Amino acid sequence: MLLIACPWCGPRPENEFHYGGEAGIARPPDPSAVDDAAWADFLYMRSNPKGRHKERWRHQFGCGRFFNATRDTVTDRISGTAKP
Amino acid sequence: MTQPFRLATGGRIARGREIGFRFDGRTYAGYAGDTLASALLANGVHLVGRSFKYHRPRGILSAGSEEPNALVTVDRGGGRIAPNLRATQIELYEGLTATSQNRFPSLGFDLGAAAGWFGPLLSAGFYYKTFLWPASFWARLYEPAIRAAAGLGKAPKQADPDRYVHQYTHCEVLVIGAGPAGIAAALAAASTGVRVMLCDEQSELGGSLLTETGAVINGKPASEWLADALTSLESRVTLLPRTTAFGWYPDNMIGLVERLTDHVGIPDPNLPRERLWQVRARAVILATGAIERPLVFPHNDRPGIMLAGAARSFVNRWGVAPGRTVAIATADDSAYAAALDMHRAGVTIAAILDQRRKPGPIAEVARMAGMIVQADARVEATSGGKRLSAIGVSTGRGTIECDTLLMSGGWTPSVHLFSQSRGKLRFDAAIGAFLPGEPAARVRCAGACDGVFGLAACLESGYAAGETHTPRTFSVSGAPDTAPSAPPEPAAPHPRAFVDFQNDVTTKDLSIATQEGFRSIEHVKRYTTSGMATDQGKTSNINALATIAALTGRSMPEVGLTIFRPPYTPVTFGALAGTARGALFDPVRHAPLHDWATAHGAVFEDVGTWKRARYFPRPGETMRDAVSRECLAVRNACGIFDASTLGKIEVVGPDAAAFLNRMYVNDIASLPVGRCRYGLLLGEDGFVRDDGVIARIAEDRFHVTTTTGGAASVLHMMEDYLQTEFFDLRAWLTSTTEHWATIALQGPFSRSILERLMDGTDLSTMPHMSVRECHVAGVPARLFRVSFTGEAGFEIAVPASQAQAVWDALLAAGSPTPYGTEAMHVLRAEKGFIIVGQETDGTAIPADLGFGAIGRNKPDFVGKRSLTRPDMLRNDRRQLVGLLTEDPKMVLQEGAQVQILPSWSGATMTVGQQSLGHIASAYWSATLGRSIALAMVSHGRQRIGETMLVPMPHATIRAAVVAPVFFDPNNTRLHTHRHSPVNGAIPPAAGAVPTTTRLNVRAPATATAAIGLALGVLLGSVPNRAVRARDRAALWLGPDEWLAIAPASDPDLRARATAAAHGASVVDVSDAFETIEVAGAQAAWWINGFCALDLAPHTFPVGMCTRTLFGKVEIILWRTATTVFHIETGRSYAPYVRACLDEAARQPTAEKGTAHPD
Ligand SMILES: [Zn+2]
Repeated sequence: MLLIACPWCGPRPENEFHYGGEAGIARPPDPSAVDDAAWADFLYMRSNPKGRHKERWRHQFGCGRFFNATRDTVTDRISGTAKP
Repeated sequence: MTQPFRLATGGRIARGREIGFRFDGRTYAGYAGDTLASALLANGVHLVGRSFKYHRPRGILSAGSEEPNALVTVDRGGGRIAPNLRATQIELYEGLTATSQNRFPSLGFDLGAAAGWFGPLLSAGFYYKTFLWPASFWARLYEPAIRAAAGLGKAPKQADPDRYVHQYTHCEVLVIGAGPAGIAAALAAASTGVRVMLCDEQSELGGSLLTETGAVINGKPASEWLADALTSLESRVTLLPRTTAFGWYPDNMIGLVERLTDHVGIPDPNLPRERLWQVRARAVILATGAIERPLVFPHNDRPGIMLAGAARSFVNRWGVAPGRTVAIATADDSAYAAALDMHRAGVTIAAILDQRRKPGPIAEVARMAGMIVQADARVEATSGGKRLSAIGVSTGRGTIECDTLLMSGGWTPSVHLFSQSRGKLRFDAAIGAFLPGEPAARVRCAGACDGVFGLAACLESGYAAGETHTPRTFSVSGAPDTAPSAPPEPAAPHPRAFVDFQNDVTTKDLSIATQEGFRSIEHVKRYTTSGMATDQGKTSNINALATIAALTGRSMPEVGLTIFRPPYTPVTFGALAGTARGALFDPVRHAPLHDWATAHGAVFEDVGTWKRARYFPRPGETMRDAVSRECLAVRNACGIFDASTLGKIEVVGPDAAAFLNRMYVNDIASLPVGRCRYGLLLGEDGFVRDDGVIARIAEDRFHVTTTTGGAASVLHMMEDYLQTEFFDLRAWLTSTTEHWATIALQGPFSRSILERLMDGTDLSTMPHMSVRECHVAGVPARLFRVSFTGEAGFEIAVPASQAQAVWDALLAAGSPTPYGTEAMHVLRAEKGFIIVGQETDGTAIPADLGFGAIGRNKPDFVGKRSLTRPDMLRNDRRQLVGLLTEDPKMVLQEGAQVQILPSWSGATMTVGQQSLGHIASAYWSATLGRSIALAMVSHGRQRIGETMLVPMPHATIRAAVVAPVFFDPNNTRLHTHRHSPVNGAIPPAAGAVPTTTRLNVRAPATATAAIGLALGVLLGSVPNRAVRARDRAALWLGPDEWLAIAPASDPDLRARATAAAHGASVVDVSDAFETIEVAGAQAAWWINGFCALDLAPHTFPVGMCTRTLFGKVEIILWRTATTVFHIETGRSYAPYVRACLDEAARQPTAEKGTAHPD
């Protein structure tokens, strides 16, 4: 069970958290202006890197906040967390 | 009773306490302190099992957890059967009953030993080669035959009656292994005043000190030094004997299994059998020792052949001679210590055969003691049936008669946990094994597992690892001080030279694998199954590696090791499950009217973790009878239904309408105060996620319902959008699912009945899809004029504590018929109303369900853009339709496929094998006197009027496609009200008097001061801290969220706080929670049975509060005093939390100084 440093609550056990996918995928401000291919990219295409991965987590069973974490997908180590 | 091989003196056994036990039906005697292995050896029993593939007779190889051969089944009666236990770890108790495994009909005469005759058939890769064809033979013939012949103990068929528990704990230093290095490490760490835990898999702490009976440490005999050390540790360190550290998990979380009762004849019923610890350790010290390697020579597996170090333990620790005439084969100096100790104990040493050309100086000591030592001598053959009788020595040096052969091929440091922690291993050529290298976690290694040998060096390395600034030296005498050797050069492959005893893998198997081109150690392992047995190759991996290296002309580090994975030794399913079985497997949630439903004969169904009343059968009624009666009552009179499990979210704030307008497909922005609207929620991908009713209570306040199963995920999704996408909007969310009980009153009499409970209020002015705040039966309520049945109806939301009183009043006012979820399903299906998760399967978009027009004019909402992606516009999508079977009595099966009729083209018939859809819902409709079904069918709306086929198990059914509304398509029933003829005496509502006001406050920093003033308690800004003021408290739950708790004697508190909350949210959740107080010295320990937080007073001080996870449910945990915790739990979760705490309170603690029983 990972120990994840919530930016508000400090280090907490992984079972209090909810994984939220890759970070930095912003919803287009005007979706109707986006063509089908770009919208499909927004919906489904993720970088899925080997190594450092910026991702969203939510302290679901804690303060409830979403925040960003950098996790290495090879070692499963979280190198840092930050308020969004 | 005699124990012919028990030595006259010595050992740590209690000779005054003779213990009777049974093995394979025979009765033997041993002593308290024996293991099953030492007691069997004391009785001269070496044959204890049959091997996995070849059914070869096998004896006891080792004295510890690495044992590959001596696996037995222990039956304690009443279903307490444990197979595959290592006899070397089973502690003797009066009446112990053990049996050998994998033999038929008996251990001495085994038919399966015939497998040895066609041994070549079962060599490496036999699974893959022999049984390739035909495939059907595999399932019917080969596999059952192999499974019957090859195997371990049998899994018990009965449920396990024992209890198992989990425990989370935190410490600064966890020491694994309580040999000399571990004890020294614990002493050093304890002197720094931090939390230290010391665990060891053995029954006694001490490790090799228990065998080094001749050693003297700092002037004291080893046993005395050990006793003093343990006494000194007892008060400061959590000591855990019989506790295996089985796995290393991320961020220094270590899994331990503590065995609490297996060593006791009649255990304390309050003790769990095993406790699984999840220890979060700031630093871990590994003092896991080393495991001796066997030598590999032909027929090296006969009973009587044993590791030299194990034999030394049997002599010194248990006072047992493994045999009368003992030969020793070694490639390592350590075997000489065994020889010398046995010689002293009076055992005849026939010869010491040292494979090395130049044995170490200790060989001279043996010679001076009168023993024959032969250098450059190997064992090349052994003989004997069920017991060794002689060995053949290399280079024509003849045969030596002996009943026991001790062997030592050097020592392999136990780096399992270090490797699991992802630390790099480095190869040490001098000892021919891998050692801890670069660590990847906060871990330190000490003693033999770090390549440190010799008692003084182990003690010193342990003390240094314990991290004190004052290194300590130990003066030691009387213990061997030899460094281990590398494994000897492997001999030529032989079909009966065993490398892996437990899986019967020989050097011949390894050579077959390499000849067939397998080079990677991982591939050779899988092809030969070497190292894949339950012992995970503890005694075999290095020998296998050395053999493969020699066969492929590579060095051992070039070949490399296979990856170490948890568990170190097998872990029971019971320990892994812990208390999460039976009633505590999952929380069972009861709605507020559950007790009434139970008392009135309801049949329940599981909906998520809720129990919901499905129908209320009267005597003699079948399910269809009851459901039909309930449906007709709603259509013709009035029904009453507990809808409390529906999710509810209060959305509050100046931008609440704008937020909901962006989230839901429907137009919420234009919804007037006092009105309700159906809401369809999509994912961004356009697929339907949830639906419900959105009611506007005030300009800035909405009461939103979700499906029962969607309550948590919808709240999560809304929070996600509010926090990360629509953060420009000032809106806040509060779950009110558990606060409100919802009673549906449906049918033409509903208005007439309800008016009687509202002091004659005229409800005729209340339009369909409207809401008002009012009193029902004197209870403050939110009254919704909504209908999920198609009849005129209401849903009455009242605080959960008042639900029963209001329900009783409604029954008294007009005798509505209670109905359950099944009637609810039928009634809504008659009207074609969908249920998310029944008509939708995660791939339905609004247009598929006939909602294509909704939201079309809105510029945006979540998922809207996806609705114009090409796939969403395809005209062959599955669409919601009705199906009417040609035979009106036939009820289709939900999930059945829908196909087209066969068509003819000339003489060719095309049969519609392709599924064009499926049945989503199908019921008997009493209203219509026939069956109905809703289906999702490709081109469905175009097919209305066609006949289609539905294949069912016994026949293919013809059904007509119709519009998905079977009853009252013009909705006239919604406005059909009739006067209820029943008018009973209405009792005054007498609900439980609430004792606590709980308000969920969500506010920006700018609003907290004013709200705090109104509440009479500050909303603190320090995370996870509660502020108390007189009789009330405000618990920080998040940077914009507090739970205010106040006595119920302040009834206007909510109104005052709401008025003060400009641009913020105050929501009454008084009835959503129950309070559980956990008090006492053990309070933190009990909570840590289910909660992974560090509850030490310095990390979770008085005044700290947080949401967290308790078992499988969310709680709010608040420490109000050093030994008092205040828990707020959702009211439906409270029974689960209480039951968990009761379970935790049943088990005694294992905190500092209280462990180490006996
Ligand atoms: Zn947090």
